[in-house]
Amino acid sequence: MVAVLTRIFGVHNLALAEDVVQDAFCRALEVWRFRGVPENPSAWLMATAKNRALDILRRQRTARTFAPELGWQLQSEWTLAPVVEELFAPNAIEDDLLRMMFTCCHPRLPEEAQVALVLHILCGFSIGEIASAFVSSRAAVEKRITRAKKAFAASKKLLDVTESADFAGRLPAVQRALYLLFNEGYHGASPESAVRAELCQEAMRLMAILLDHPLGKTPATYALAALMCLDAARLPARVDASGNLSSLFEQDRSRWNRELVADGLKFLELCAAGSELTEYHVEAAIASVHARAARAEDTDWKSIVALYDTLMAIRPSPVVALNRAIAVAQSEGPERGLEEMRSIAGSDRLARYPFYFAALGELEFRRGRAEAARDHFREALALARSPMERQFFGQRISACERHDAQGMAPRH
Amino acid sequence: MTEFTYLYRGRETSQSPEQMQKTMEKWMAWFKELGASGHIKYPGHPLEHEGKVVQGTRKTVNDGPYAEAKDVVGGFTIIEANDLAHAAELAKGCPILDVGGSVEVRPIQKINM
Repeated sequence: MVAVLTRIFGVHNLALAEDVVQDAFCRALEVWRFRGVPENPSAWLMATAKNRALDILRRQRTARTFAPELGWQLQSEWTLAPVVEELFAPNAIEDDLLRMMFTCCHPRLPEEAQVALVLHILCGFSIGEIASAFVSSRAAVEKRITRAKKAFAASKKLLDVTESADFAGRLPAVQRALYLLFNEGYHGASPESAVRAELCQEAMRLMAILLDHPLGKTPATYALAALMCLDAARLPARVDASGNLSSLFEQDRSRWNRELVADGLKFLELCAAGSELTEYHVEAAIASVHARAARAEDTDWKSIVALYDTLMAIRPSPVVALNRAIAVAQSEGPERGLEEMRSIAGSDRLARYPFYFAALGELEFRRGRAEAARDHFREALALARSPMERQFFGQRISACERHDAQGMAPRH
Repeated sequence: MTEFTYLYRGRETSQSPEQMQKTMEKWMAWFKELGASGHIKYPGHPLEHEGKVVQGTRKTVNDGPYAEAKDVVGGFTIIEANDLAHAAELAKGCPILDVGGSVEVRPIQKINM
């Protein structure tokens, strides 16, 4: 709703758009208390917001400037109501969501601010919810959003997207924001739960809108869609029946969502067009190797190592190197894996990453050094960010103490 | 460029909702075309057909205007065109003409003192 209203009022009037939405909700609470909830509450809210918008446009048409590209159409009774009606039509709303996505992902805003804005404006998350999703303080998130909103308020046209050149230019930032949003849900460090499915769902909902747009469906977008589907397919198995985190090796693969796997593989085919190779392509390819293995031991680890080599060339990071080392261990044995892990450049950046120590622990454990393994798992436990992670590492520690070898736990 | 006023006269009576919708779409299309070619100076507004008429030195106020349907001013727009002939040519696209109405094209008078 904010997206539609921002389209009408102009991005510099974002605060006004939010007020109108707030108003509509307040009115709903009042009216519904006496008359009951209407048959179609969201249509009721939309209609209320629309009328309120018309009201404001009429009263303030000389005092304020609204969306510059609508210009005179909002000043005249000849055109005002039909134009607003048009913008509130369902397909126009999808367009507005897309436009707003691109507005939020303005290259001048820092990445965390972009993602926070997407969550706040497009997904309707409160400041508190965003803060808990990103394990940062309310004050920090509030500051980020306020700053971004100030940037919007100061610009009449600057942060708006109407030209297709703007779309193409900002597409990578939008993809990145959706990727971060999805990953935050998937690997998130939320204190309540290790997996925040709703973040993944929001990312996939926005992704579907992006894929609906002719300028949005590039090979990189398809690759990202493939990655999301293939990863999301594993969500049902990622947490076991007793609510514990389950590693890729122990997951009950019959609980993987077959439909999402199929969608993912279809997108993977579509993303092969063109010459561009993005990290999304490579990550999706890695996910597809896992998806194609009926059992963990059927995994084609050689291909995965090769894909991680490519990923290290495109977007090197200690976490990617860590995952590569785990794949090496799978294909060439734990000693080789440990060797790779020790040589990771910038491994001090992994010093606060619990899964780094967990991986060290697993590899030591596999080569039969249970005591060294247990110490690594203790380090991992000290860094754990959620009760689920703590539980998971705790179990590994007792496994070491029981000398009872099992699989290791890479983070896919 | 010179400024002109369009006075739309005549109105459509007793329309079904579908016809109203059609008429609305025609007007939107017309305005969008005029706007896109940069001729709209001020879009103006449609007018209700009845109001009051204040008249004469005695300032009498009567309901009105009660003119014949085809003579009632139904709205106005201020446009920019090269000259009167151009403004008149542009007015040929107005949907009011389809229902027997008229567009009065009047140059805006500049008063120099």
